[in-house]
Amino acid sequence: MRKVMIGNHALSYGAKISRAQVIPAYPITPQTEVVELLSEMCANGEMDAKFIKVESEHSAMTASIGASATGARVFTATSAQGLALMHEVLHWAVGARTPIVMGNINRAMAPPWTIWTEQTDSLAQRDTGWMQLYAQNSQEVLDSVIQAYKVAEAVQIPAMVILAAFVLSHTSEAVELPEQGKVDEFLPPYEPEYRIDPANPHAFGGLTGPDGYFELRYQIQKAIEDALPKWDEVGAEFGEVFGRKYGLIETYKVEDAKNLIISSATLASTARTAVDTLREKGEKVGLLRIRIFRPFPSAQIRSILSSVDRAVVVDRNISFGASGIFYQEVKAAVYNEKNPPPIFGVIAGIGGRDVTKKDIIDIYEDIMRMDEPKSDIIWKGVRL
Amino acid sequence: MVEIRLHGRGGQGTVVAAKILAAATAKEGKYVQAFPEYGVERRGAPVKAFIRIDDGIIYIKSKIYEPDHLVILEPALIGVIDMTYGLKEGGWIVVNSNKNPEEMKFDGNFKIATVPATKIALKHHLGSQSSPIVNTAILGGVVKILGLCKLETLTETVKELVPIKEDENVAATLEAFELTKGGE
Repeated sequence: MRKVMIGNHALSYGAKISRAQVIPAYPITPQTEVVELLSEMCANGEMDAKFIKVESEHSAMTASIGASATGARVFTATSAQGLALMHEVLHWAVGARTPIVMGNINRAMAPPWTIWTEQTDSLAQRDTGWMQLYAQNSQEVLDSVIQAYKVAEAVQIPAMVILAAFVLSHTSEAVELPEQGKVDEFLPPYEPEYRIDPANPHAFGGLTGPDGYFELRYQIQKAIEDALPKWDEVGAEFGEVFGRKYGLIETYKVEDAKNLIISSATLASTARTAVDTLREKGEKVGLLRIRIFRPFPSAQIRSILSSVDRAVVVDRNISFGASGIFYQEVKAAVYNEKNPPPIFGVIAGIGGRDVTKKDIIDIYEDIMRMDEPKSDIIWKGVRL
Repeated sequence: MVEIRLHGRGGQGTVVAAKILAAATAKEGKYVQAFPEYGVERRGAPVKAFIRIDDGIIYIKSKIYEPDHLVILEPALIGVIDMTYGLKEGGWIVVNSNKNPEEMKFDGNFKIATVPATKIALKHHLGSQSSPIVNTAILGGVVKILGLCKLETLTETVKELVPIKEDENVAATLEAFELTKGGE
C-alpha cells in the first residue's frame, strides 16, 4: 500500500511494522510527531506495544535499555539536545549490548536555539558504539528501521536511523508500506540468547576491573565489525523481498567517473541531480553516498576511490578545530593507500541553510579549478 | 516535474492543501513532495507551502525557488508581500477571488485563473465567518486549471484527509471546480 506521509511518520510506521514492543519516549521538535503517532497507535490498539511516557530523554534511553535487556524489541526517537542529554546512557546501551533502534532527527545544536537540520548532533555520538544510518528519503527511513532491527539484533549493538529535520521530517512523500506478513517473515521476533528475567532478579553491569573490561570492549568492536557485511546482506535480502535494495554505500555513475562527489543523507540525494547536469556538460563525475557511518565502510570507499583522480566530500556538520566529519573519515580510510587521490572537504548547509543543485555544481566546478586541497575546510555559502 | 508554491495565512489550511494535492496525485502513481516553509507557524501570519510532482523518484531535496505555478489562498496578501517572485514566465496563478481573471493585476507574463473560494467556503460553513477555511475549495480550481489528477481522485482524497465536515468539503471542491474562471 502506498501512503503519503511525513518523514517522522515513516519512522513511526517503521517501528509499528517491525512490531516494536516497548516505546519509552520524550517529545522534542522536530521529532515530536514520531512519538505522537506511536502513542496514538499504542492507545488505540493498532500496536501491541507499551508506550512509556518519561520525564526526559535520559530516562527514555534508560527505560529503553531496561526493556531491551528483558528481550523486548524497543524503539525510541529523539533529536539534537535530546540526543545530547542521552549521551551517558548511549554508552550504556552499547555496553549492555541492547539492540535498541532509535530514530534521530538531525537538528543543529543550541545556542542559539534553532530547529533546523545539521548532522553534528548525531556525529557527536560517533564514539559511543551506536551504529548510524543516514537516510535520503522517507521510503528509506521506513525500510531502514526494519533492516536496523535485523542487523542490530544479529550483532547485539543498537542502531540509529537518522533523517534531516524538516527536509525529511516534515516533508510529505509517497511511501510504500510493506506487507506485514512479509515483514514478519523477514524480521522474526527478537530472541536473545541472554535476557534479564524480572521474576528472577540478578545484578547486572557491576564493577569490572582491568582484568575483564578490556575483553568486553574487544567484543563490542568485533560485533560492530561483523555488522559491516551484515548491512549489505540484509539490504540485499530486503531488495529481494521488497524490491528496494540497500547497502553500506550507494553509488551513482561511478563506473567511468574521474571525479567523485561524496556526501550523505538528503545532500547526497540533491547531489545526484547535480551529477546528471554535470554529466550533460561532459563532466566524468560520479556520486558516492555514505549510508552507514558506523560501522564505517572503509573498504568499500577505498575501492571506489582507487579509480578516481579527485574527490570532494560535502559535509553538513563540523568538528570544531578540525573539519567536516565525513571528510575526516574518508581521508583516514585512504591514507595508507598507494597514491590516494586528493580529497577536498566542503562544509555546506550548516544550521539548515538550504543546499541547492546549483550549490553542488558550484562546489564541484570550484574544486576542479583548484590544484590541490590547501586547507581542510572549503566553506560553501557562509556569509562573511 | 511540476513545482507549485502556495500562499495563504495561518489557519486557512494552506499546508493541508499542499498535502491533499500531493496525496491525490500520489494515488494516481505520481511521486510527490509537499512541505511548508519550515519554521514557526502562527495563525493569521502569511504562510507558504510547496509541492513537487513527478513521474519518478524526486531526488532534489532543496526548497523551491522558481515554481511553475502559484496558488494564492489569501488575496489580501497581494501587494503586501511579493507573490510572484521566482514564478516561471507563462506559469498559472490560481487565486482566491470573486473577480474575473482579467481584473487581477500581476506584473509579468502569467496566466490567471480565479476561484471564489472564500464565498464557497462560507456557503458550506467551512471555518468561521471571520476566518473561513478555503483550502478544499481552492483545490477544485487548481485541479481544473492544472489537471494534475482526476477530480474524483481529488474529492476522494479530500474526504480522507479533512478532519471534519467531509461532505461539505467535497461539495466545496466540486463547486469550485465549476465556478473557476480562466483557461477557457
